[in-house]
Amino acid sequence: MSQKNTYLPYLMTIDKVIKEAPGVKTYRLKFQDESEAAAFDFQAGQFGEYSAFGEGESTFCIASSPTRKGYIECTFRDTGRVTSGLASLEEGSTMGFRGPYGNVFPLDEWKGKNLVFIAGGIALPPMRCVIWNALDLRENFKEITIIYGAKSVNDLVYKNELKEWEERPDVKMVTTVDPGGQTSDWKGEVGFVPTIVEKVAPSADNTIAIVCGPPIMIKFTFPVLEKLGFTDSQVYTTLENRMKCGVGKCGRCNVGKLYICKDGPVFSKEELNFIPAEEY
Amino acid sequence: MKKLRDRAVALLDEGTVSLVIGYEEGTKRPRPLFCRNSETARKLIFDSRCFHNLAVYVTKKELVGKERFAVTAPISTLRSILQLYVENQLSEDKLLVLTVDTSGELREFVTFDEISAYVAQFEMKRGEREQEILAKIEGMTREERWKFWMAEMSHCFKCYACRSACPLCYCTKCVVEINRPQWINPWPSPLSNMEWHVNRAMHMVGRCTACGACGDACPVGIPIDLITRKMMEDLAPEFGYIPGQPAKQGNALSSWKLDDREQFIR
Amino acid sequence: METKYISQGGLAQWFESIVASGKRVYAPVNSRGQVDFKLVKKLSEVADDYIQTTQSIKASVYPKAEVLFTYEKEHGKVNLTDFDPDTIPETVLWKVHPCDAAGFKPLSAIFNWDSADKLHNAHLVKTSVISFSCAKADESCFCTSVNGSPGNTAGSDVQLTVLPDGGAIAEILTPKGEALVALLPSVFEADRGDKKEQCLVDLPARFSLEEVNAKLNKAFNSTVWKEQSERCIGCGACAFVCPTCACFDIQEDVHGSKGRRIRCWDACGFALFTLHTSGHNPREHQSQRWRQRILHKFSYMPDRLSVVGCTGCGRCSRACPVDMNILEHITSIAKQ
Repeated sequence: MSQKNTYLPYLMTIDKVIKEAPGVKTYRLKFQDESEAAAFDFQAGQFGEYSAFGEGESTFCIASSPTRKGYIECTFRDTGRVTSGLASLEEGSTMGFRGPYGNVFPLDEWKGKNLVFIAGGIALPPMRCVIWNALDLRENFKEITIIYGAKSVNDLVYKNELKEWEERPDVKMVTTVDPGGQTSDWKGEVGFVPTIVEKVAPSADNTIAIVCGPPIMIKFTFPVLEKLGFTDSQVYTTLENRMKCGVGKCGRCNVGKLYICKDGPVFSKEELNFIPAEEY
Repeated sequence: MKKLRDRAVALLDEGTVSLVIGYEEGTKRPRPLFCRNSETARKLIFDSRCFHNLAVYVTKKELVGKERFAVTAPISTLRSILQLYVENQLSEDKLLVLTVDTSGELREFVTFDEISAYVAQFEMKRGEREQEILAKIEGMTREERWKFWMAEMSHCFKCYACRSACPLCYCTKCVVEINRPQWINPWPSPLSNMEWHVNRAMHMVGRCTACGACGDACPVGIPIDLITRKMMEDLAPEFGYIPGQPAKQGNALSSWKLDDREQFIR
Repeated sequence: METKYISQGGLAQWFESIVASGKRVYAPVNSRGQVDFKLVKKLSEVADDYIQTTQSIKASVYPKAEVLFTYEKEHGKVNLTDFDPDTIPETVLWKVHPCDAAGFKPLSAIFNWDSADKLHNAHLVKTSVISFSCAKADESCFCTSVNGSPGNTAGSDVQLTVLPDGGAIAEILTPKGEALVALLPSVFEADRGDKKEQCLVDLPARFSLEEVNAKLNKAFNSTVWKEQSERCIGCGACAFVCPTCACFDIQEDVHGSKGRRIRCWDACGFALFTLHTSGHNPREHQSQRWRQRILHKFSYMPDRLSVVGCTGCGRCSRACPVDMNILEHITSIAKQ
């Protein structure tokens, strides 16, 4: 019996490069091996380990929706050795992918509910997969609200898609930038994400809130949702931790009894209450 | 020893210091002890078996905090403290040093000069173990020495205990922790292990006072302290400083003057 | 499971037959002032008077550095060469102590949790363990406190208990053990009825695992972590000599257009272990890292993998430069 080597990546070709914001790119990837492409499937919320051969691996969520077949997408910021290695690749280059790893957003459980997506900055990518997944199955959900903010107009990612979501009549799209980040022709909101959430005041009745952002944003958004009446089981987030293997063996992402790569990265706030807050 | 203990208890009771770092009895030999109250300080011991270089703790801000603290220091710790003063890692108003001299008397130092004067009385000497191994190595040719150390390096598994135990390795980001570029490969292999140790030796030039902490800490028994000890012995006369005492003219590798004696650079 | 008797001469002959079979034999050897497992050819090389080797044998199934795969870049394409399990030679570990043989269980539990680690399993399949039960122990040993014992056969293929006459009781425990015995079956005589328990060292348990587990579940915010870890210098020696510590790093060995992805030992005690690229470090204090070590071994692993992450071999305490005596720490937690 020949076991699969978990650490051997799939070979992917970079089909498309999109410059999202300063230092932030989206890569659309296609499997080089057709049988691997056909066999591959994933669900919203899962992540992968992306290889720049010669530099190493980096952990990103799969930012495209599983309803869109034939490719996967990742969005990342050029910050370290591996991401700068990835950023230097061009359309047609080869990179590696291992996955899908981790748990999923329980979209099935959310059928018939209102969904509120709240994201900040570079944390929109982990949510983009579930947003598109929900929009592609629009009839399954009631009201969909997206509240997204970044430091400045330039830092907003998926600018074209934000516009698409804004123009959809079946989505309430609220975009904001931090005070001072607006341009003279900015028509969206101005204010930190938690403040705007309070302003939009989504109803907690039969609603699930999915939050993703830098630790400071999450810290101030959770109390706002609590004030609006959201219970801990109604609030979900996706965590990022230092990861290496992605499969629960290297130990890096172990926090309390949980492994972010196995038991997460998607967690309800109820589950988060069981792991020590200081450690993630 | 009792006088030292009593003094430590008094210092804590009076509130002169908020912490005394010293030694207590351990499982097989003395081990470091952190006394934040006089009750703990009653466990303090101080004798010739106490060899851990406690200076490794004085640069750890999370341990020593912002208030004044004291350290019971055998001669090796004193030497490292001197070097840390010279490298601006310690200030006189924060540190009180206690030791017991050769006649059993308690000595208390507040200033760098006091410690320096005391340390100057002690000559750097090789112990039996150092002499035995170094004499063997000194009898080897260069090729034999390379083979000897590469064989030792095959055992190293990059645990970095040597670095962790060294009081002078206080860099917040070590050279091996930089990955752009990856100067030294992080995984253990004889050559990359040698790269690490040569690199560390170079960073120790003119600073190492041969306390032996690195060699003692090594779990696989590599006499790594001998590399920097021998380097210190060779370089002190070359660069004109006294082994075990900070060079008044600055570190061997990090200062240069027009009238330096060394010929190789001309 | 079969019990036999083997004489002193028989042991020597059996050892020779294992070496002669072409398998690589590792045994404890006295070298450089320490006793550690090395490749041996003769029984005379094997060390005698020691309590425990400095390093564990985990390197036989989890090498300190291991190539996961190699790659070559050529005209914009990348060719990958997978790890080949056929390159692992048959290995026999001779004179392993029961605490080390028991260490394979927690180690393998991690490497086979949900997904199977091909490399680890490839090593495991080719490795046979001949353990010797313990007639001696020192103050750092505490196997009996962690579901182990000086005569524990878990993880062993054959266990030998040396008798006063120099021969041994041979317990043949697994098909791998039977295959080793089959190399020279003539030296294995009928069981003489020697009592194994009489040859084992008496090691009373020092704490109860259930008690410790219960205390640990409530201990996350206790001051005990800071108190116990003040002298810890974060060196990683404990993790590296431990038979069950499995945390690793993945790195890239680049040579122009060719490269290897390498996995190597890492430790949760290192400051960098949880450092994010952003600079945020969830475990920035040594006391948090010490807490993680203890909780992971004695609380998280039992909870998630139903196995304790410690076999009581005591190596960490012996190797620690500042005497972070794990037995002392766990006993004090149990008493709280």
